[in-house]
Amino acid sequence: MNGKVIEKFSGIFLIAGLFLFVIAVITLAIVPVMMIDKIQPTAGIPQEIPDVMKAEFDSHEAYQAALFRGRDIYIAEGCWHCHSQYVRPTGNENLRYGPVSTPAEYQNNLHLPQLFGTRRVGPDLSREAGKKSNDWHYAHLYKPTSVVPQSVMPEYPWLFTTGNGAPLLGEDGEVVEDEQGNTVFEQIPIPTDDAKAVVAYLQWLGYEAQNRQETQHDFDGVIMPPVE
Amino acid sequence: MKEHPSKSETGSSLVDYEIIKWHFYIAIGYFFLAILAGLTYSLQFLQKYPFPGVSFLSPGRVRMVHTQSVAYAWLANGIFATLYYMIPKLTGFPVLSRKFSRVLFVVYNALVVATVVMILAGLAQGLEWAETPQILDPFVAVAVVLLVINLMAPVIKSRAQTMYVSLWYIVAGLIWTPLVYVMGNFLPQYVFPGTSGATISSMYIHDLVGLFVTPMGIAMAYYIVPVAMKRPLYSHALSIIGFWGLAFFYPMNSAHHYLFSPIPMWTQYASIVASIGVHVVVYTVVFNILATMASDWKQLVNNLPLRWILFGTIAYLLTCIQCAVQVTLSAQTIIHFTDWVVGHAHFVLLGVFSFWITGWMYYLLPRIWGVPWYSNTLARWHFWLLAIGVSIMQIDLLAAGVVQGLMWKSLSPFIDSVAASMPFWWTRTLSGIAILVGEGCFLTNFYLTWQESRGPRAQAAMGVEATA
Repeated sequence: MNGKVIEKFSGIFLIAGLFLFVIAVITLAIVPVMMIDKIQPTAGIPQEIPDVMKAEFDSHEAYQAALFRGRDIYIAEGCWHCHSQYVRPTGNENLRYGPVSTPAEYQNNLHLPQLFGTRRVGPDLSREAGKKSNDWHYAHLYKPTSVVPQSVMPEYPWLFTTGNGAPLLGEDGEVVEDEQGNTVFEQIPIPTDDAKAVVAYLQWLGYEAQNRQETQHDFDGVIMPPVE
Repeated sequence: MKEHPSKSETGSSLVDYEIIKWHFYIAIGYFFLAILAGLTYSLQFLQKYPFPGVSFLSPGRVRMVHTQSVAYAWLANGIFATLYYMIPKLTGFPVLSRKFSRVLFVVYNALVVATVVMILAGLAQGLEWAETPQILDPFVAVAVVLLVINLMAPVIKSRAQTMYVSLWYIVAGLIWTPLVYVMGNFLPQYVFPGTSGATISSMYIHDLVGLFVTPMGIAMAYYIVPVAMKRPLYSHALSIIGFWGLAFFYPMNSAHHYLFSPIPMWTQYASIVASIGVHVVVYTVVFNILATMASDWKQLVNNLPLRWILFGTIAYLLTCIQCAVQVTLSAQTIIHFTDWVVGHAHFVLLGVFSFWITGWMYYLLPRIWGVPWYSNTLARWHFWLLAIGVSIMQIDLLAAGVVQGLMWKSLSPFIDSVAASMPFWWTRTLSGIAILVGEGCFLTNFYLTWQESRGPRAQAAMGVEATA
């Protein structure tokens, strides 16, 4: 048995340890990456603030910064462990979520690092833009069970402060006033900039894909298998 | 290969028993933390989370503490402990430097603690199984490289021409680990966005298990079975096929974590074929280990470490048969994104590799301490609670996955699939409690045995001063 290269240190070190690993990286990582890099990006940061977020941000710079801040919070809180970000061409997902995902829509820095996800405790979010109102998102982030009673999503009250809501009404229906004669307001959760950033990010996910017709998955002669 | 460190051996310079103890002790602590974090997280699924609205104990963050402490704290420390034993024994040379081992132990575990603290503070990295904050990644990479140098030194010194099968896996694993770590933590974070990043990330997710945990785990199994049974390995030829099968197929499994994703379809097909090819590895390894055990089945009745190895080996076979089924696109339509995958992950990391490491602890710790385990009853409870706990969890989550997948495909409202999962999630939490109680039995037994080993009689039997 002595001397066979496949049992020697050099064989194991060079062939198994380095060569086969490098081959796998080249064929199944570098080549696909080169193919994907040739694709023209279709999505990115919108040129204008989307209508739904117009009331929340004064400038495009503020909106752009909020998208990245929202993405960072999405990462830090582990949102991506329970919400995926791609629609598959199977399992009727195009009917539930929207157009099937294409590589082109992920070629921008809001997808660095990628947040595809591998588990759906909650629904996919890659087509979330515009499906719910901002207020729904705020209420849902503050206490998910207040809008979806059976939800198992954690609550994120630290994205909110307490502030003045509507004027407080007394038993007689009159506005309550304190000793100085000032109106007393109901104390309610108010979204912080962080909450606005998360909602801006959620309202961005799939913003462009939804206004797009093409759903076929076709590049470099590779076509996805037909949708069932 | 001597199987028993006698008096003189504990004092000899070949194997550093102190560092093995350190790694095992801290591994046990981390395992308990990992189970506790997992169990706490599972309560969120029952709408019974004990710390709602507390940012640093938010379920999303606790989940990352669970997975990170399983991979980098519990499994890694357990693996390092056995490497510090196996490598000197198999080569006849000690590791590069004992002081270096100890410094690395402190550095590595300081990084692990920093990871846990920073994840709870909301600084996690957004890459699966790589949630160690970006700022720590370079330090972990350097620590891993230094560990590899420390552990590889005896292999190079021995100029081994023919090496025992365990050593093949160790050598290859020691090369793969730093390569995999650097690839998976830096490229998708800084260079490649979106689909390109996912292609590389999927390779990391798979290689962390496939090229670090798996080769080290198989090395552990190949080492301990012949040694504990005092029987030769069944077949040398089978072990060659198994090793080269792993080296060829495992690195190509990558994209099977993102099937039906925008990653080029041919990459996905290739990863499916390679995943099915992994069967070559699994069947040869499992057959080799079971055939070695079969040469004397009677020993298994009373041999505590072997019982853990046997369960782990059978679990390994089952998870890998499962793998070939779940990796097909037809199965992926239903089970992808569901609890099925969570069940699979638990059976692999808990049912297989945690069992193998625990078997090693049952074998090695009393030999280092010089006293037998304090209580056989506690040891038996430990085994059965973990074995039954992980089996129930696995069956439960597989069933949950099928239910969830079919409900999604049927286009019923998403929240209905959450409601339908409730009974499964309750069962999962209960199986988690069984695992926690089992590990509690082990901790008790561990503490009592450790105390006994420090008693005067044990010290006298060891013939060493009570300095440890």
